[in-house]
Amino acid sequence: MSIDLKSASFHGYKRENGRIGVRNHVLVLPVDDLSNAACEAVANNIKGTLAIPHPYGRLQFGADLELHFKTLIGTGSNPNVAAVVVIGIEDGWAKEIADGIAKTGKPVTFFGIEGHGDMETIRRGSKAAKDYMHWASELRREERPLKDLWVSTKCGESDTTSGIGANPCVGNAFDKLYVHGVTLVFGETTELTGGEQLVAARCRTPEVRDKFMFMFNRYQEVIDRHKTSDLMDSQPTKGNIAGGLTTIEEKALGNIQKIGKKCVVDGVLDKAEVPSGSGLWFMDSSSAAAEMVTLCAASGYTVHFFPTGQGNVIGNPILPVIKLCANPRTVRLMPEHIDVDVSGITRKEINMDQAGDKLLEMMFRTANGRLTAAEALGHREFVLTRLYESA
Amino acid sequence: MIHFVVHDENDSVGVVVVEGVKSGQELTGWIMDQDKEIKVPAKNDIPIGHKLAIRELKANETVVKYSVDIGRAVAAIKVGEHAHVHNIKTKRW
Repeated sequence: MSIDLKSASFHGYKRENGRIGVRNHVLVLPVDDLSNAACEAVANNIKGTLAIPHPYGRLQFGADLELHFKTLIGTGSNPNVAAVVVIGIEDGWAKEIADGIAKTGKPVTFFGIEGHGDMETIRRGSKAAKDYMHWASELRREERPLKDLWVSTKCGESDTTSGIGANPCVGNAFDKLYVHGVTLVFGETTELTGGEQLVAARCRTPEVRDKFMFMFNRYQEVIDRHKTSDLMDSQPTKGNIAGGLTTIEEKALGNIQKIGKKCVVDGVLDKAEVPSGSGLWFMDSSSAAAEMVTLCAASGYTVHFFPTGQGNVIGNPILPVIKLCANPRTVRLMPEHIDVDVSGITRKEINMDQAGDKLLEMMFRTANGRLTAAEALGHREFVLTRLYESA
Repeated sequence: MIHFVVHDENDSVGVVVVEGVKSGQELTGWIMDQDKEIKVPAKNDIPIGHKLAIRELKANETVVKYSVDIGRAVAAIKVGEHAHVHNIKTKRW
């Protein structure tokens, strides 16, 4: 192959906890919907900082609240983030999130709006954000070995070309990265339906297999409990069907091409859980693009492979989303969204090994600082997974 | 020129990978796993990304792609016919 992965390196930002980031964001993180306005005002005041508004964080409880905290703390803790200003309506939860992020050792501070109002909070938050921005803007990238990269994958607006070209291209790249100790993840629990036995057969130990099947069956029960049809409007989506995918089984078999032919599922993560070592992890997750990618960012992944067929345009605020496509029509109609064109596979112009190398080359360029199509176009979808209603 | 792609020679369907396939057109298919070629005449206009049957399927017969069960035919499907949601359904959910 053209890239010698054994000695391959990238230039990233070394964080206080030893993790390596490929972006250097100063985040302004709202705890709840009410704090979005103040966060956006701070980000408007201090250029280069990034607010990530979202609609949740009030009256959640139990496992749903835990996931909310885990996702926000994980996002702030991600090594693509240099420093964080947390703003919440109340001090309590804002402090809990800031304390969680502070465990990484990175600079973080929090503000509560109650008793101060938006304007005073914005003034104080802006001062903190400006100090962080000056500090972060002087951090320098350093050369790091490939194994310091954490790579996630999830596909979207898939069609039949995803299973033929773009997904097996990710699989080829995953097979190559796996042997060099890179930390990898895939998920999309319901979207394995029809191919779950193939994933189960790839699990390293019976314990991993049992945990995977537990997560898979748990999600099937959610579908069974709430479904009003055979999900033909949702899974596959209207876009999937327009693209030629007929059943969930067909979609799933295309989906699991992303885990390649050789790498083994070393462990199973719950939503937004941080992996404890390198290798390939399965994370229980929604198959909705922005939800799943948001969970990958919260688990600490720093680069994302996103194969699409019909042309999903998703990005993420802190995780660079590299888009690849094997559908020649999509590449022609939506070229501004595609980072890696692998449509040559169906014309036999390139083989899968060459396609995988093409993706890896873009991975290194992205890690070294090249903006992805989604970053350049301003796609910052930050979507929190909810488990049930608020209290 | 490759008009459609088949994952495995055991499959009952292939995927059209070019635009503008018309009924009656003689199509060349590439079976990826075994790297073989087959010829099938299209019996319908088939959009890019959509499937055609490469073997005869009876109603209720299992449809195979990637050498794996992807659902069942709910109507008979002839070789070269468009195979999609109108004649194939999931066995799950």
